[in-house]
Amino acid sequence: MPALYLDIVGKKRGVNNNIILKLEDVKTSYGRIEALKGISLFLRKREIVTLIGANGAGKTTTLMTICGIVKNSGGHILFDGEDIKEASPQKLVRRGISQVPEGRRIFPRLSVIENLEMGAFIRNDRAGIRSDLERVYSLFPILRERRKQKGGTLSGGEQQMLAIGRALMARPRLLLLDEPSLGLAPMLVEQIFRIIEEIKQGEVTILLVEQNAKKALSCADRGYVLENGLITLEDTASRLLENEKVKASYLGA
Amino acid sequence: MIKNKILEKSIWALWLGLLALPFMGKKAGILAIAILLVILLLPLLNGLIARFGISVSRLNFLSSSANWLKTNKKMALLILFSFAAILPLFMNRYFVDVAVLCGIYIVLALGLNVIVGLTGLLALGYIAFYAVGAYCYALLWTHYHINFWLALPIGTALAGVFGVLLGSPVLRLRGDYLAIVTLGFGEITRIVLNNWDELTRGPNGILGIARPSIGDFIIKQPIHYYYLILAFVVLTIFITTRLEHSRIGRAWVAIREDEVAAAACGVNVTLMKLLAFATGAAFAGLGGVFFAGKMIFVSPESFTFMESVMVLCMVVLGGMGSIPGVILGAIALIILPEALRQFQFYRLLMFGGAMALMMIIRPQGLIPSQRRKMELEEENG
Ligand SMILES: Nc1ncnc2c1ncn2[C@@H]1O[C@H](COP(=O)(O)OP(=O)(O)O)[C@@H](O)[C@H]1O
Ligand SMILES: [Mg+2]
Repeated sequence: MPALYLDIVGKKRGVNNNIILKLEDVKTSYGRIEALKGISLFLRKREIVTLIGANGAGKTTTLMTICGIVKNSGGHILFDGEDIKEASPQKLVRRGISQVPEGRRIFPRLSVIENLEMGAFIRNDRAGIRSDLERVYSLFPILRERRKQKGGTLSGGEQQMLAIGRALMARPRLLLLDEPSLGLAPMLVEQIFRIIEEIKQGEVTILLVEQNAKKALSCADRGYVLENGLITLEDTASRLLENEKVKASYLGA
Repeated sequence: MIKNKILEKSIWALWLGLLALPFMGKKAGILAIAILLVILLLPLLNGLIARFGISVSRLNFLSSSANWLKTNKKMALLILFSFAAILPLFMNRYFVDVAVLCGIYIVLALGLNVIVGLTGLLALGYIAFYAVGAYCYALLWTHYHINFWLALPIGTALAGVFGVLLGSPVLRLRGDYLAIVTLGFGEITRIVLNNWDELTRGPNGILGIARPSIGDFIIKQPIHYYYLILAFVVLTIFITTRLEHSRIGRAWVAIREDEVAAAACGVNVTLMKLLAFATGAAFAGLGGVFFAGKMIFVSPESFTFMESVMVLCMVVLGGMGSIPGVILGAIALIILPEALRQFQFYRLLMFGGAMALMMIIRPQGLIPSQRRKMELEEENG
């Protein structure tokens, strides 16, 4: 049945082309502590995928491993179909992976605009940088107002916006967000999630790590549940929202 | 509030005037203090007068001259440079010698500023790189008769290599740990120099190093050395300023602010840290070669831990990361002990006291770097 065979191959290829990031049995250790015990996941282009899990489950480690700041000891990470296991963090930023680290980590003594400029560190297309700066300002008008103020003097919410804006300044294709709603007032959480959906309107794929599972699942397309360094559940976001186990453990219902 | 400010500025004037004392004699020194007082207090006076509703436009010349300096940076630099160029013509040999010493330490402090002030790596054994430069020229001359000008790039580069050698094993360390390991490195260097008799002649040091010469003209008067070190100082200022405002400089500052965030922005943290060590060490090497060519003698005694601390104090006192601040810090810390020479035994005590006082009334340094200045002022206001 050659026709069917072709069809399967074609379909498979189609799916592959559409996958921007793929983790296969990735293991990461800190010394003797094995934080990731072999996780597999994938992201399609322009998807929002969320990774939910309790404190210490290995969410931050997953993101740090993807962007190369922490090295994995086993498995494969494919970005655009290429193994990026050996690539350095700065190479990965150049190739289009940007991270908004946990706890914001803005540059406290640099001004807002200097922080944003640092986001574009790897680029030298001035015109492009300027237009992206305008885009960030239109996403976060408050940053324009505060552009001369130092990062460390911003409120928590503003710092989170700055951290996201800084990551966008690298013009990423894949954006890794580590608990963007952590420690923010409910109103600000709403705003951050609204902006995440707005970012998706661009060409950006988003991997969103959250403890706030309800919010994360309502804006994501699909989700994974991480427990003790292992993925225990994966499904579409809407089905995960209905899942009894997820409800019991993460939705506080 | 105003009272505090008056007090602070008066202490400032006294402090700076004290530095000027030995150079001008008592009467002129007191005059200098008075002038400084007036200059420093003028803006406050301005505020007071304004309170009583008197027009102040005529007293505004000070702030307008400050503005002028800001807009005419090149002009101001030129004036400063000309001043430095004619200065030794009005000083006796002793003071020219002190000025040469200032020059050496400006080069050292600007180099350390790259490592500590810009990149935020607390390195304590910095003087070891100075020793590398000095011994490099001393050995090259005594063994191979390689002259000063050739030894200059070699010593600079060799110190840079030592910077990388030290930098690579300590890259992962931060803060206190880095300080301790670099301190150890400095001590190891000194101990090796002290004990490797065959090569360094141990504590006796190396004698008979050639003075630098240009053609037939031998550099030997303090004033000759003054102009030579002035050239090095200008070169150092030029290079460090350019570096600070380059991509590399921005990467250094980002590392100082947050290493992980810098990496997330695509900064090659390892490479940039090594580059900071290499750059800082290279300037120390440059200073070291000059030092050997000036003293025509080197011994381990010149490279003690105290010297490292001294250079670090210059950077901190002047204002971390601020090039004009660091220069002023170096000048102040060289002149201050000289100025206190007449007090003999109390000299070190007063030196320590002055440092402590400075840290209390002006923790951000003499001329804080722009960023730090804004930060600290916002905290006050
Ligand atoms: N730098 C580190 N050194 C050692 N252990 C670490 C380090 N970072 C994280 N861990 C451990 O790895 C596990 C996963 O941590 P993490 O990825 O931060 O979880 P999460 O982000 O889901 O809260 C935890 O057990 C944590 O203690
Ligand atoms: Mg985490």
